[in-house]
Parts: sequence; structure tokens; C-alpha cells
Amino acid sequence: MEPVKSPMDLNPAVKSTGAQGETVGEALRRQGISRRGFLKFCATTASLMALPPTMIPRIAEALENARRPSVIWLSFQECTGCTESLTRSHAPTIEGLIFDAISLDYHHTLQAAAGDAAEAAREEAMKENYGNYVLVVDGSIPLGNPGYSTIAGVSNEDMLKEAAAGAAAIIAVGSCSAFGGLPNADPNPTGAVSVQEIITDKPVVNVPGCPPIPVVITGVLAHFLTFGGLPELDQLGRPVAFYGQSIHDRCYRRPFYDKGLFAETFDDEGARKGWCLYKLGCKGPTTYNACAVTKWNDGTSFPIEAGHPCLGCSEPKFWDAGGFYEALSTPTTDIARTAVYAVAAGAAAGVAAGALNKANKKRALSEHQTTTLDDLSPGT
Amino acid sequence: MTATEWLLWARGPAFEIATVILVMGIIVRLIEILMLGRKENLAAPKGSATTGGLRTIVSRSVPDSGTFQRSTFTIVAGYIFHIGLFVVIFLLAPHILVFSKLTGLSWPALPTTIVDAFAVITILALIAVLINRLNNKVKRYLSGPMDYIVWALTTLPLITGYMAFHRIGFSGPMLIALHIMSVELLMIAIPFTKLSHAFTLFLARFYNGAVTGIKGVQS
Ligand code: SF4
Ligand code: SF4
Repeated sequence: MEPVKSPMDLNPAVKSTGAQGETVGEALRRQGISRRGFLKFCATTASLMALPPTMIPRIAEALENARRPSVIWLSFQECTGCTESLTRSHAPTIEGLIFDAISLDYHHTLQAAAGDAAEAAREEAMKENYGNYVLVVDGSIPLGNPGYSTIAGVSNEDMLKEAAAGAAAIIAVGSCSAFGGLPNADPNPTGAVSVQEIITDKPVVNVPGCPPIPVVITGVLAHFLTFGGLPELDQLGRPVAFYGQSIHDRCYRRPFYDKGLFAETFDDEGARKGWCLYKLGCKGPTTYNACAVTKWNDGTSFPIEAGHPCLGCSEPKFWDAGGFYEALSTPTTDIARTAVYAVAAGAAAGVAAGALNKANKKRALSEHQTTTLDDLSPGT
Repeated sequence: MTATEWLLWARGPAFEIATVILVMGIIVRLIEILMLGRKENLAAPKGSATTGGLRTIVSRSVPDSGTFQRSTFTIVAGYIFHIGLFVVIFLLAPHILVFSKLTGLSWPALPTTIVDAFAVITILALIAVLINRLNNKVKRYLSGPMDYIVWALTTLPLITGYMAFHRIGFSGPMLIALHIMSVELLMIAIPFTKLSHAFTLFLARFYNGAVTGIKGVQS
């Protein structure tokens, strides 16, 4: 992490952005957010990004003075769960703080304008803030037939490409935009792909999850506002700060896994005692997300704490990764049936091979010629 | 391919392929052996073939004292890694889940930490037998490339399993994918190498015992 000198150094790009020219601090005060609430958010963000507490005042200062960025939110093949995750988070919403502080210039679920007016707002915001706005995308993009999903007659692919061209940062929110998600699940009828499969000339920050944790969505926005650039990403384009550790490695049920104490059903003694959910299909060992750390519903709990195995929702192809309730170690196919066929085929092949061996042996016996003394005498 | 895709491939198509090759290969081998048949024995039996066969299965598994003294290391290390393999393969909870998906049968698991300890001991024993094989002139002379390949195929799943459990080196999905794929390599190799002794060993011992049993001789 490079040292932060003054808030001005943090993010000159963002400073000059902003539809209203208002700073984040001003916007928050206008909305009646207390200083205490704001600092709490900064502290949460710092700890999520694994920054030392000494950074909290600096983050606060940088955020306070950052100009409100223009955000254009495009929704493609999606279920609105990601938007719900963000807007239904508990009040007073820590994560809502940042969301309120941005200038959300286009979001067709949340904005009041509709039809041509909405599209005009998008085009205007894109023109005015060209090169500076943040593009947020939820939902996957159908390549099979553009007609599967259009907005105002424009195909998702075209709209994404156009909006991405002028974006300062692209954030793919939710597993659908990050990895293709549900629409991309086998047999993928619409030919759905992720944002990064279309936008290859710019970095895309993936914030997967079905839905993603609200504070992770806003944490990424806060990072952009505070530091200007994009956070450090893992191989799948996810911010390491939030997706750096697996659910399993941070799971409070891990001691039971290590001891081999597993719940066998959802209502047995093991389940009541809070034992590990591996046998019930928990995908925690292969899932990287912050659930076990930040938790959900204002830090109340997370799925495993509520007794349900992790589905692996922040990983690519999690819909096709075998049954949600099938253990991670087991084959994803009907292996018992395969084995039965293999036994039958093996038996047939074995009998055939055995018969062939017998026939060979018989022939060898019948063709066997006895060696006589004459054969051995020299000169023959 | 991403780690997830490797994992899905390992748990799906690759496991199917490995299972088909293992099951078909072993069944073909066993049937071929059984169909070889035996020459009709015209002599009056002086003892029971079955009893002799069963007795030998047990007696050949217990080294006699002379052999033990001559090859203490081979026998002790051999026993350790065979028992270790048994524990690791059959008594770890995630493995039992695979067997029960395959057969519908289930049995109790050992605590994960104990299986972990067995895995370490097994790996150490396998390394020891390799060093011994390389250092012992006779054993080295008798060893061909296949012996070393078979050693590697047996040891690899233990190492990848240890890494997966302790989450060393790769991401979670990749570690599990690597472990499963190393097991699949082993599964595919079994019918075509001397590893098939896992399935033919007791048959062979029974046969030896039966041959001597019918003559009224103990073996
Ligand atoms: S419940 Fe899931 S994440 Fe937690 S220890 Fe068990 S397998 Fe790991
Ligand atoms: S516990 Fe797993 S499935 Fe549930 S929200 Fe978190 S990452 Fe997604």
C-alpha cells in the first residue's frame, strides 16, 4: 500500500468528477448522516480493506472531500437481487451512506424517469462525465440472440460497449455480470456471458455473489473514491481485500470440520450442536467471499451460522457445480450407474478375452509339434 | 481453464472416465484369471482346498520369523504404508461420502486430525521404502521404470490430499481438483500395473493355499 499524503493526493480524478460538483461529505451532511455514522463506515471500510486503524481519519478526509462521482448502473439479464441487496440493507445503513453519496445518474429500477427521459439522462451523464464516471453492471449479457434482452431497443452488448468506452472504472456487481451466473448455467439458452468476456481492453472489478454482500459493493466504491484507482484483484478479478479468504478458512464451524464432527441432516443432533455442514454440501472450502467476516443483515449472521451450507455463490459456475446439497468430495455425475455399466461391460469383455485366451491355448496345443532326436541332430 | 473448471472436470467427466477404466479393467483381469481354469486333479484329495486357501490368505499375511529377521525394514515399512493407505482412503469422512455415493454403503469416519497423522506417517513410510529401494543394490537391480512410476502414482494423492487439507500452495478449488485428479491417475493405472495386486492378492493367496491344501500340505 503506497503512503497517503493528503486527501488531495488520494484521488484527483474523482475530485473533478461529479454531476452536482458537491463533495461526498456535503452530500452526506445534507442527508442528515451524523459524523459518528460516517466514521463508523470509514472504520468498517478500513478493516474490510485490511488497512490499519490509523488510516481511518485519512479515509474519512479523502472521502469527505471527494467529489460525488457520477455512477451509471446498467442492468442486463438479472433478477434485481443485487440492487435489492444494496437498498434493503438495514437502517441506518452504513453501506447506504456511500450509495447516497454517489450521483446515481442512471439505474432503471431506482430512477424516477422512464422511457426516453431515462435514456436521455444516461446519455447526458455519459457525455458530461466522459472518462470519469463509474460504470456498474449487474446481470449477464446474451450473445445468443440480442433480442433476449434489450433496453430501449438497444442490445445489452451494444449498450455495455458504449458505456464502457467512457468509464473510469467498471464494476461488475453480482455473479451474473462477473461470471455469467444463473443465465449462463447449463444449457445457457441465451448464450449469456460476463462483462469481462466482452470488455477486454479495460480492467473489470468483479464483485460476485448471489447477491454480493452490500458492504462489499460499497467498499469497492469507497476504495475507488478514496484511492482513485482500482483495488488489488485476484485471478478472477475480485478485490483481494474482500475475496482473499475462503469461507472455510474463516468459518467458525471449522473446529468441527477438523475434528470430523458433521451434521448428517438438517435436524439431527449434529445440526443442533452447530457441527460442520460439509456432508450437507457446504462449498465453503472452495468459495472465496467475505460472508464469514462481514456477515449479512447488518452483521447479524451468515448462511452457515443460520445452519445452511454455503452454496459457493461467489465462484464461477456455481450453479453447475453439482447439487447444492451434495458433498464437495463426491462426483457430480451419477457414478453408481456408470459403475454398474462398467461392471457389465467389463464382464462381457472379460469373458470374451478369456474365451480368446482359451482358444489360443487350444490352438497352440493342437499345433504343438513334438521335437524328435532328428530335429536336434546336427546337419538337419 | 479456471480452478473451478478444473474442479468440475475432475468431479465430473474425469471421474467417470477413471471409474470406467478402473472397474472394467479390474473385472476383465479377474475374469481372465478365473477363466484360465485349472487342470483336472486326478489324485484323491488329501485335504480341503477351501480350508487350505483360506488359511493361506491369513498365514501369508503374517511374516514368519526368519523372513522378518532378514527383511525387517521392508516388512515394517510395507505394513505401515499399507495400513496407512487403508485408513486414509477408507476412514476419512469426505472419502466415505464418495464410496457411499458409489455403493450406497456408509461407515463411521475417524477424526480428521487422526487421518491427517496417518497420511503423514504413510508419506514418510513411502519415502523410506523409496530410499531403501535406491540404496539396496539387489532391489535397485530388480526395479524397472514402472516400479518408480507406480510409487509416484501412489504417493501423489497423499501429498495432494495433505496439501488440500492444509490448504497449501493453491486456491481451494485448485487444491481439491489436483487431489481428485491425482487419484484419478492412480485409478486408471491400477488395472495395467502391479497395483492391481490390490484386487488379485487374496485370490492368488487363496489359489496357492488351495493347491497345497488339496494335497494335505500346509502352506
Ligand atoms: S461449515 Fe462449511 S465452511 Fe464451515 S467448516 Fe464446515 S465445510 Fe468449512
Ligand atoms: S455463504 Fe456462500 S453461498 Fe452463502 S452468500 Fe456467502 S458465499 Fe454465497
